Amino acid sequence: MSEALSAGPPAVSTVPARARSRAPRGLFAAAALSALLVLLPIAFTFWRAASFGAAEAIDLIFRPLVGELLINTLMITVSTTLVSAVIGTAAAWFVERTHLPGRRAWAVLSAAPLAMPAFISSYAWVSLSQDLQDFTGALLVLTCAYFPLVYLPVAAALRGMDPALEESARALGCNRWTTFIRVVLPQLRPALLGGMLLVALGVLSEFGAFTLLRFRTFTTQIYAEFRTSFDGGGASLLACLLIVICLIVLAFEFRVRGAARYERVDRGTRRAVLRYELGVWRWIVVAGLALLSVTTLGVPLGMIGYWLTQPGAAAVTPADVSPELLFNATISSLGFGLAAALLTTLLVVPLAFLLVRYPTRFATLFERTVFLAQGVPGLVIALAIVSLAVHALQPLYQSATLLVIAYSMLFMPLALVSVRAAFMQAQPRLEETARALGLNWSQTLLRVVLPLAGPGLGAAAAMVFISVVTELNATLLLSPLDTQTLATQVWADTSTMAFAAAAPYAALLTGISLFASGLLFALLGKSALLGERS
Amino acid sequence: MSELRIRGLQKSFDGTPVLHGIDLSVERGTLLALLGPSGSGKTTLLRLLCGFERADGGSVEIDGRRVVGDDLHVPSEQRRIGYVPQEGALFPHLSVADNIVFGLPRAQRRARHRVAELLELVGLPGNFGERAPQQLSGGQQQRVALARALAPSPTLVMLDEPFSSLDAALRLETRQAVASALAATGATAVLVTHDQSEALSLGHEVAVLWNGRLIQTATPETLYRRPVTRELASFVGEAVLLPGMAIRDRVRCELGELSLSGPTGQGAVDVMVRPEQIRLLRAEERMPNGAATYDAVVTEVIFQGQDAGVALQLRSDARTMVRARVPGYLCPRPGEQVRLAVDGEVTAYARA
Repeated sequence: MSEALSAGPPAVSTVPARARSRAPRGLFAAAALSALLVLLPIAFTFWRAASFGAAEAIDLIFRPLVGELLINTLMITVSTTLVSAVIGTAAAWFVERTHLPGRRAWAVLSAAPLAMPAFISSYAWVSLSQDLQDFTGALLVLTCAYFPLVYLPVAAALRGMDPALEESARALGCNRWTTFIRVVLPQLRPALLGGMLLVALGVLSEFGAFTLLRFRTFTTQIYAEFRTSFDGGGASLLACLLIVICLIVLAFEFRVRGAARYERVDRGTRRAVLRYELGVWRWIVVAGLALLSVTTLGVPLGMIGYWLTQPGAAAVTPADVSPELLFNATISSLGFGLAAALLTTLLVVPLAFLLVRYPTRFATLFERTVFLAQGVPGLVIALAIVSLAVHALQPLYQSATLLVIAYSMLFMPLALVSVRAAFMQAQPRLEETARALGLNWSQTLLRVVLPLAGPGLGAAAAMVFISVVTELNATLLLSPLDTQTLATQVWADTSTMAFAAAAPYAALLTGISLFASGLLFALLGKSALLGERS
Repeated sequence: MSELRIRGLQKSFDGTPVLHGIDLSVERGTLLALLGPSGSGKTTLLRLLCGFERADGGSVEIDGRRVVGDDLHVPSEQRRIGYVPQEGALFPHLSVADNIVFGLPRAQRRARHRVAELLELVGLPGNFGERAPQQLSGGQQQRVALARALAPSPTLVMLDEPFSSLDAALRLETRQAVASALAATGATAVLVTHDQSEALSLGHEVAVLWNGRLIQTATPETLYRRPVTRELASFVGEAVLLPGMAIRDRVRCELGELSLSGPTGQGAVDVMVRPEQIRLLRAEERMPNGAATYDAVVTEVIFQGQDAGVALQLRSDARTMVRARVPGYLCPRPGEQVRLAVDGEVTAYARA
């Protein structure tokens, strides 16, 4: 395999000649392990589905239920994606391109909903009104949860756009609106499409929110089939269908990311971005953004606060909170989060290093494989791991170890992006300079590589931590029998409409998530959100 | 008739005045170079003319039509101006041809109206139309940006330091291409630059902006020979400044009695001599016209190929240092004894 490796041309031309040399075998093996780990559950799902006879499979697929699921899933995915695109782009444009009162605050508030898990806002909205179930509620909750995925890249693209482009368009006779349509929007296309596809993937993978909102999609049905006929195989057939839809979306995402590179044509200094005066309209825009923040953050936080003050009996199902359970759930959430953050970061380090220093075709192949996990719903991966464990790894089934490994499989793509960027910062040139100045490799690691890559590694770990704490699917299916986490407790109590009982768990979960997100924000620097040079 | 007429134009940013009452007229078909050091307000003036910023006071007329005035601010898109930004700013999502036709009505855009003609005008091959802007060099991008600005036949073309991001060789070539394209269309143009050689070589007229004020508007020759202030004299070229006494149209200084290019105040003045006006002679040589010569010692030589800068110390007064510019092949050696004489008229500035 390593012979073939050296034949591959380097994917990045800026890498020095040294990089064309062969990667150390250990590094290569470690990187391959990460890729295999991700591939395992996906391959297993297809293998399980393939165990059906063709006729049986066709019977199972072509039934009215699957049609209904398909319509529901596609409808909610398309509408959430479109609404998120409009809201995310509008919010980004107003924040980045107008003299809006409280611009910085709106920038933070427009990104913050990312830290609010969809199933927590579902809990809040359902406890506010049971009428919000079904399609409307699902659209509301998911748009609130996912529009930042459009907002963030579009805002970054708007910040990076050369103001001279818009000025040229104005001088060539375009008014504000035609300038937006003919110049700004085409520039935003990669960011906007990329964000929209991330939203679509998120919605396709969503499970907790749909269950709590009683909206039937592929994920909820897969879970139901798994519950009724444990490891029956019907679930894996549905899962394969869902994986195929997700992979189609993922393929589009790869294309958007890879193809159009609309970077600035020119180099050199750039003026500050153009900002428009809104005049009296600004209060209408502020009101709109305020309404958005109230919907995305205000209502969920408010409802959690409300139920915290209510006695258990006030909810539809009266139940009280046991402080001991609350303590244990918090500890296990934090413990799983930290363990998974550590393991995931460690697992992606070899691959990220390989990608940066030895960018061969195999490295790219491993990278693509890991990114597959991004397109496969967590529920599907969790189910595959359950089956795998039952069939092959019985002693690991429902052990904390397996759960942490499952988390790593799920969130490796997330960590990989950040860790790779971190290694990009620590260029070989700098290391060589340090060695020339008399540092040995361990001193170089300590004084050059880690200070440069450290924030990126920290950011990766923080992102994984946040995702694990707010994760529901794998946790529900794989957590040890006697272990409850904050997420599973919110889910269990909301499912039984014990809203007051769920409140402390939801409050703690949201608190941890928001706090860790704040920490992440600090790690990445304000520039990530506000575009200010530090 | 005047193409561009500016009266008392004012602008401040956050209470700091940037432009103090600018008055300027540009004749039809001429290229005005707007010269100024960085921070002088020249880009602000251009942005006011383009309509990217709002003026605080004053008026602007383009082709007899008022576009800035009391409570009047015609938006950029209705001013019919061509704008060539600093680094071209080609639309990266459009091909070269689509960039060029961007400002035309839809039907003409579809027909790729005049693309080949405009490419030829700016000196690019006609098959460049299908290229992406990313495939072009900096100078080529700049030319396409000019073609794009010229396509809608604007009444006035504004160029914002269009050559500053190019390297020296490319700059000269692009400069020529842009100048001939502008001349061919007979467009009225305003070129903003901080590069004096660019202003002198391209401008039919040069307007100098200094700390937000227009201090001189003149032909390149006049500006170079008779700059209105000492500082400007040093800005538009190398200047040797010597103390002297002015009497009527002549001035007396360490380099003898010289004739003045224009009237100045009488009495104590600073005499400004351009280094290339100082002729170097061998120690025993005399000026053919019998003009006075002065002994000096070469203290330093900066050889630049086609010419050389020579620092000289006068024999008569060791404190007086003079810089001369001589052709490269006549370059003396440090320590050499030479004679020098001043050729042509000089300018003087009254001393406060």
